[in-house]
Amino acid sequence: MRAVIIGAGIVGAACAYELQREGFQVTVCDPGVIGGGATAAGMGHLAVMDDSPAQFALTSYSQALWRELAEELPPTAEILPCGSLWIAADAEEMAEVHRKFAYYSERGIPVEVLDSQQLAEAEPHLRPGMAGGLLMSADGVCYPPCAAEWLLRSVSVIRARVVRLAEGEVTLDRGSRLEADVIIVANGTAAVDLFPDLPLAPRKGHLLITDRYPGWLRHQLIELGYLKSAHSTTADSVAFNAQPRATGQILIGSSRQFGAVNGEIDPPMLARMLQRAFEYMPGLAQLASIRTWTGFRAATPDKLPVIGHAPGYSTVYLATGHEGLGISTSLATAKLLADQLMNRESRIPREPYLPGRSYSHD
Amino acid sequence: MTDLLIIGAGPAGIAAAVTAAEQGASVTVIDDNHAPGGQIWRGEFHGKPWYDRFQKVKLNIISDARVIAVHGNAVVIEQGAAARTIHWNKVILATGARELFLPFPGWTLPGVTGVGGLQALVKSGLVIRNKRVAVAGSGPLLLAAAAYLRAKGADLVMIAEQVPTAALMRFGMELRKHPKKLKQAAALQLQLLGVPYVRDCYVEHATGKGKLETLQFRQGSKTFTEEVDYAAIAYGFTPETELAAAFGCEILAHGVWVDKRQQTSIQNVYCAGESTGIGGVDVALLEGELAGLAACRKPTKHLLPLLAREQHFASLLNQTFSPRPGLKHLCTADTIVCRCEDVTYQVLRQQPDSRTAKLQTRCGMGPCQGRICGPANTFLFGWEQGSVRPPILPARMATLALSMTQETSS
Repeated sequence: MRAVIIGAGIVGAACAYELQREGFQVTVCDPGVIGGGATAAGMGHLAVMDDSPAQFALTSYSQALWRELAEELPPTAEILPCGSLWIAADAEEMAEVHRKFAYYSERGIPVEVLDSQQLAEAEPHLRPGMAGGLLMSADGVCYPPCAAEWLLRSVSVIRARVVRLAEGEVTLDRGSRLEADVIIVANGTAAVDLFPDLPLAPRKGHLLITDRYPGWLRHQLIELGYLKSAHSTTADSVAFNAQPRATGQILIGSSRQFGAVNGEIDPPMLARMLQRAFEYMPGLAQLASIRTWTGFRAATPDKLPVIGHAPGYSTVYLATGHEGLGISTSLATAKLLADQLMNRESRIPREPYLPGRSYSHD
Repeated sequence: MTDLLIIGAGPAGIAAAVTAAEQGASVTVIDDNHAPGGQIWRGEFHGKPWYDRFQKVKLNIISDARVIAVHGNAVVIEQGAAARTIHWNKVILATGARELFLPFPGWTLPGVTGVGGLQALVKSGLVIRNKRVAVAGSGPLLLAAAAYLRAKGADLVMIAEQVPTAALMRFGMELRKHPKKLKQAAALQLQLLGVPYVRDCYVEHATGKGKLETLQFRQGSKTFTEEVDYAAIAYGFTPETELAAAFGCEILAHGVWVDKRQQTSIQNVYCAGESTGIGGVDVALLEGELAGLAACRKPTKHLLPLLAREQHFASLLNQTFSPRPGLKHLCTADTIVCRCEDVTYQVLRQQPDSRTAKLQTRCGMGPCQGRICGPANTFLFGWEQGSVRPPILPARMATLALSMTQETSS
């Protein structure tokens, strides 16, 4: 059985890895370099989230898969089990901490509530007076381009754009065609070039990385206000998110913009993002920044990825729309697709992610 | 708001600033050093050409400041812990050049420095007296730096010039057409009397326990070693074009593109000196003067013949002293090429292109922003250098945030 996978980002790479293990002969096509799109631009969270039961199911399943894979991954993938700390700025957000604590504890996710003082001890550079936080110790971060490269290490990767799709066949920009029993479209926001009706929108983000400050930051920090801003599917927003990297550098996000098409730094947006970070960690303002960049998340209206049979095709499958959780959920995405191809039951229900769903959001 | 903003106070920036100020322009100069003079006249501007004229004009000089971001007709600078925005009508970029380092085994040992680099260290207090020093690489800077180091008491072991003898002879013949340069060369030779000047010779590797101890040189088919305390090694210069790129100017392989009036591809943005292509101090002074006049809408034609003559000499230099292809093969598997991220030659050699190299190895992603390994990788692998985004130089996040809010107000 031959499989062609369109897209050499983390999702395409995970699918290639999984299908190869199922015995498929896999070819991956991408006009750019391995992991050169959203995979390179993103933060590399390996996080469990609970925006919806389906998001929780997918992220928690995937995190378990990452934990298994971590033992095989090379050091360059920089798996850092730093844990996530959700920061509650006030009593209202602290109530959310307790709700999340109950939700995750019931489902066996290791989680801990920190009061104001415990939070300050856990992250001394946070502004004093935060209400508290939620520590999710199983979360971590990784360096995704090297993880993608490792997943693809024994897969044939062709540097070409797929310009046309037909049942059992793709046409490359150089004119040649590839036949396959299975075709997986895993090229993020570019999937709309092949499927114009997909409810997929590019959502621009900015990131900044500092020089090396080992030990300055200990956990991935995310403000609970993140949920309010990341929840909005229309307005531009910023939210404080900072990660320690294995190099000692600090990666700072995040911003979300709809309708932005060029990849240039948007100065007012970057300024807002940094001001938000300074509100949470004033000391960040004095650290040296060395690079900024942008990227585009593939966002869907209900904030869940699109995984499964492409409408109108029997040999074509979709694996896109992972928004800001593509690294976290890539491995589970690949498992769900492989199960579908092999006519197996999956560990979690596949229905919430099927392409033909209603995409309604609350 | 300043009429004319000049970025860089080396020879080109000084000539541009003085010329424009003499024409009555209100001129602001931003420089990243403590005092004007650039790399070449660091701490020694006094007594150099243009010094007297420089003393007589009124200039607003902002020292120890670095441009972090460019927005429309404003730049954001960082000066110590302070950040501010400067608006301009016209700008002259005179950012100069940095030394070209080509990696070889042992080049990261303490004691191995650049040629101008060692000079700068001595100027800022390093005691070189009675230290055994070898100067190697390529170009006339080797002689100038060696003479300086000798005057400061260094025990000069040798000067190794990688250019083959025949090419140096041809250069010598051409040099006769430029009597002023010939005179400078003769003066340097006099100061370096007794120091071996070895042609067709380069450093193959450096060794030492924790610091530089021994250099191995190659000359043709033979090799020999020298015990040294310091090795000052560079293969000429590479233009500083990052700031021009941030202004949106067109950049060519040899430097920033300019027209006959030193204007870049962006209106009201001029560029002068080494950043337009390596040409040496005399080209830089002329280009600076030209840019200063052009920015004041004054005639510049009278300078063109002089400039053409100097540029002829510059192209002669560039032809003669370009690094030989053999220098591409000095690295061994474990030679570090990207010093910020500790990326070895072995790892880089396996990368198909520069973007993959960046993503998979983080080559060029450290605090030097690829300024050191970028030109080396262009020489070694033919890779293009990366794009420029804010911060143009590493900057405090507070400065960057300020720079980002300025655009809306400008």
